[in-house]
Amino acid sequence: MLADKTGIRLTRDEKIAPGPFYASLLDTSMLQDQFATLDDPGKFTRFEQLALLSVHSALSGAGIEPADPKTLFILSTTKGNIDILQKENERKFGKERVYLWHTARLIQHYFGFRNEPVVVSNACISGVQAILTGARLIRAGLYENVIINGTDIITEFVMSGFSSFKSLSNGPCRPFDKTRDGLSLGEGSGTIILSKNPSHIDSHVIVGEGFSSNDANHISGPSRTGEGLFIAIEGVMKRSPVTVDFISAHGTATSYNDEMESMAITRAGLQTVPVNSFKGYWGHTLGAAGVIESVMCVYSLREKVLLHTKGYHDPGVTNPVAVIDKVIHREISHCLKIASGFGGCNIALLFHKK
Amino acid sequence: MTNSGFISRFCSIRNNTVVVNNKTEFFRPDEKPEKFLTGVYQHFAIQYPKFYKMDILSKLGFLSVELLLRDTGLLEKYAGHKTGIILMNASSSLDTDRRHQESILDRANYFPSPAVFVYTLPNIMIGEISIRHKITGEGTFFVRERFDASFLVSYIRQLFDTGILQCCITGWTETNGDDYESVMYFVEKTDRPMDGIANFDAATIQKLYDKVK
Repeated sequence: MLADKTGIRLTRDEKIAPGPFYASLLDTSMLQDQFATLDDPGKFTRFEQLALLSVHSALSGAGIEPADPKTLFILSTTKGNIDILQKENERKFGKERVYLWHTARLIQHYFGFRNEPVVVSNACISGVQAILTGARLIRAGLYENVIINGTDIITEFVMSGFSSFKSLSNGPCRPFDKTRDGLSLGEGSGTIILSKNPSHIDSHVIVGEGFSSNDANHISGPSRTGEGLFIAIEGVMKRSPVTVDFISAHGTATSYNDEMESMAITRAGLQTVPVNSFKGYWGHTLGAAGVIESVMCVYSLREKVLLHTKGYHDPGVTNPVAVIDKVIHREISHCLKIASGFGGCNIALLFHKK
Repeated sequence: MTNSGFISRFCSIRNNTVVVNNKTEFFRPDEKPEKFLTGVYQHFAIQYPKFYKMDILSKLGFLSVELLLRDTGLLEKYAGHKTGIILMNASSSLDTDRRHQESILDRANYFPSPAVFVYTLPNIMIGEISIRHKITGEGTFFVRERFDASFLVSYIRQLFDTGILQCCITGWTETNGDDYESVMYFVEKTDRPMDGIANFDAATIQKLYDKVK
């Protein structure tokens, strides 16, 4: 990212789409080689391999005991093992594998988590919602450690759907830019461990207030006034009136999303706060996005760096916001993560450096 | 910890029967889910043409909330952003997922449709209910193998205790092929509701869920 590289490239894969498309995909043989260090790749789906690898590496050295009754696993995903609906995958892995609860159970049993896992499936805000859910369950005293994994893969199912919506970009996506023309899809997996126990924490970052809301306006289009996202940001800022140092936006690079987000940011009086979108680096990873992007927020806080918005060149939203267009190194204490998704859902969540 | 809340209303739609607050309101045996739900919509003379565009999961959730709130004025007591919708099921949006998958099986006959694809997310049902009732508070969808009363109660109590919500629509809304089941509760933070039926705790909502099974 510091070297301005992107994983989004022109790809041909007959299994995913009839023609060439731009997306950020993980190399299958690389993934399998990596997974082979953990287990037999033949026994696990692509989704499971990704999620297991991510959770495994997050747990390594974290000092968390999975069998601890105060430890919970949360999976954030929109489509999970949706490619099980293809006959050859169903034959190979079995019908039951398509259920999201089954996937979460498989991960639970793999690592030996004692408690029944929870799946959050809330469109594109799933990841941030899962982190907020984990933080709330810890604050309520129900758990001491919560492991949150967000994963989604790019399949023909997802590609054909977004393509039918005509929301895909003709090149790598360009968030908040004048020439933006849609989103780029990406696949990936991210894991965050929340803990009450200070000896498990080396990030020096704490999860602050969070607020979710609904536009109550349209199931597939964001509110033109940014109402729902504004309610979420205001909900957070009223409860925790800190000076936000940067905003990690959803920034999908569709015309409507970026326009709506900049309007909500402006309505909340945060239009001069530096804002970025990570979508230009690895695309929109759907149910994984909120977790992976929150990992980057933690990185930014810890490493004192504001990362630039890959693909952004010229202002392209009606309400100008302070899009970060070059890497800036400086002290950062408070980060606001925001996201919005189909179904009219919105979320805002604060991260603070201790 | 403040008070734990009260269940004001309860509605179930399953086994081709609609039950509201323990009273059977409608029963029509031997119909497939989609036909039965259209029958419910017509029987209660609900006027909302968008109903016909919804997928089966949204239809089931939408009707459950219609009948849960019908003639109660319950929502009017609360600001839209203080009202939440927290739902759970086992199969996510699998019925519609299968429909979308069928539309892309054959490259020579390839017809993915945005009107179908949008429903391949279970929280779209929450969006539909939010639009219908102008609910702008939190809407979160959880997936679990089975109805989990204690998880829902813990999660919603936390939202009540921290002042994020004052009332909440919650429950289980599941469709999968010929199987469907919806059990919904309207829960208020207040400890003295006008005509509440029970305390909001895991044992009570589990008992109400088990009742008509």
